[in-house]
Amino acid sequence: MTNLSRRKLIKSGLSAAAGFTGLGVATGVAQHYGLIPPDHGGIWGAGETLDYASYRLLTNHSMAREFARSEISTTPLANEMPPLNDAFKKLQAGGFADWRLTVDGMVDRPGMFSLEQLKSYPSRSQITQLACEEGWSYVAEWTGVPLSHVLKVAGIQPQAKYVVYFSIDPDWWDSIDMGDALHPQTYLAYGMNGGDLSVGNGGPLRMRVPRQLGYKNVKFITRLAVTDDLRKFGKGLGSASPEGGYAWFAGI
Amino acid sequence: MGEMQSVRELVLGAAPHSPSAERPSRHSALVRATHWITALSFLALLVSGIEILISHPRFYWGENGNVLTPVLFKLPIPSSRSLVPTGYGYVLPDQNGWSRYLHFQSAWLVVSTGLVYLVAGLVSGHFRKNLLPRGEDLSWRALWKTIAGHLRFERPSAAEAWSYNLLQRLSYLFVIFALFPLVIWTGLAMSPAFTSAFPASVTLLGGRQSARTIHFFVAVSLLLFLLVHVGMVWFAGFRGRMRTMITGRIDGSLEDA
Repeated sequence: MTNLSRRKLIKSGLSAAAGFTGLGVATGVAQHYGLIPPDHGGIWGAGETLDYASYRLLTNHSMAREFARSEISTTPLANEMPPLNDAFKKLQAGGFADWRLTVDGMVDRPGMFSLEQLKSYPSRSQITQLACEEGWSYVAEWTGVPLSHVLKVAGIQPQAKYVVYFSIDPDWWDSIDMGDALHPQTYLAYGMNGGDLSVGNGGPLRMRVPRQLGYKNVKFITRLAVTDDLRKFGKGLGSASPEGGYAWFAGI
Repeated sequence: MGEMQSVRELVLGAAPHSPSAERPSRHSALVRATHWITALSFLALLVSGIEILISHPRFYWGENGNVLTPVLFKLPIPSSRSLVPTGYGYVLPDQNGWSRYLHFQSAWLVVSTGLVYLVAGLVSGHFRKNLLPRGEDLSWRALWKTIAGHLRFERPSAAEAWSYNLLQRLSYLFVIFALFPLVIWTGLAMSPAFTSAFPASVTLLGGRQSARTIHFFVAVSLLLFLLVHVGMVWFAGFRGRMRTMITGRIDGSLEDA
């Protein structure tokens, strides 16, 4: 009996050690391949990490669904948002002529871009769906410059891993990994359904990431920061969303 | 052979007169464990699902649907978003952050548990022996007899404690092989990341809003199943049935055996 329980003890001890070692190795491998989201800690870390890791493994080259022109929604809802601040109103009064996009961080040529400059780059259009985490959605045609083009102009450095983007609203910023940043459907959007992007829908400049939900598509973009470490921003969770209790990864 | 035997016992439970069993087991350890993990996950999915639903208690069909779009139907409940016209004069607090985290974490748990159950059930013959209706039982007459018995509120016989009746078998099979796969599919069909890799998962359903509406109805069906299931457990003797699902033993089985 004692023999049996000792054997049992050794056996369970060994399997526990193997389990922890396995977990350690798995974490190391996942870290190496960039499968760990910035909000991997805490009680929701397991689910969030599985979501994000599957996304990285399954959808590296996948394209968000594109729709026919006939499927464009007649009700492209401008969701409610906090009141626009004075800085925004001042720029709005000037027809956004003085709107600037700052690009800094791990780039060879940091700088500022006006809307006119951004519009002078090759423009692209996509008819894709914007889906909100609440459950509603609409299909619209988005026009803008691929983020990859702006990053190419600025010259991203090889060690860069993420692009952090900031709204003119200081409480609103987010980030995406390089896979999403260089994805052909990720735009800095300035047009919608053939016209200028309305203020309600995020004009004059909105991040468009169609493989993720609405809240990842931050409105009123004024700054991009290229980085290798999200811990340098805010509380280190990758965006304002986890600071407010929402997941950083919004592909589901 | 010995190893195969132990796998079978783990999944099927020892036969009542198996020499290796000190006590006969009604439900195998694997069935009991997966049952309770699933029950716990489902409860978490239900609570978080309701919280998420409250942020937009309106339903649509097709791809487009928001507060400016005509609804298919809406639930007469208040919302956690001020933009949603509910007719109530107040807005509930936003609970979507933790609800979404919990929903997906529980989904991972229930899906992986389901896969273990599925593989073990196929290998061990659990589905064939315990869930597939026996040939002689599968007739409209037998089905009607079981339904009529339920309608007359006849208490299950002692023998029924050892095996599922026809109605149980059919409803469990429906839940395992129809409702659960459908609720997982419609859930994934709402993910813009998942549908970018597998677009047919949502186009086959008629669009994102259709997927959401079906997801809701399947969840309601699962909730109805849960209520009837717990009701029947209550009716058959709550304490005894609960003890059996937890320990695998049936009260008085030693004496009977």
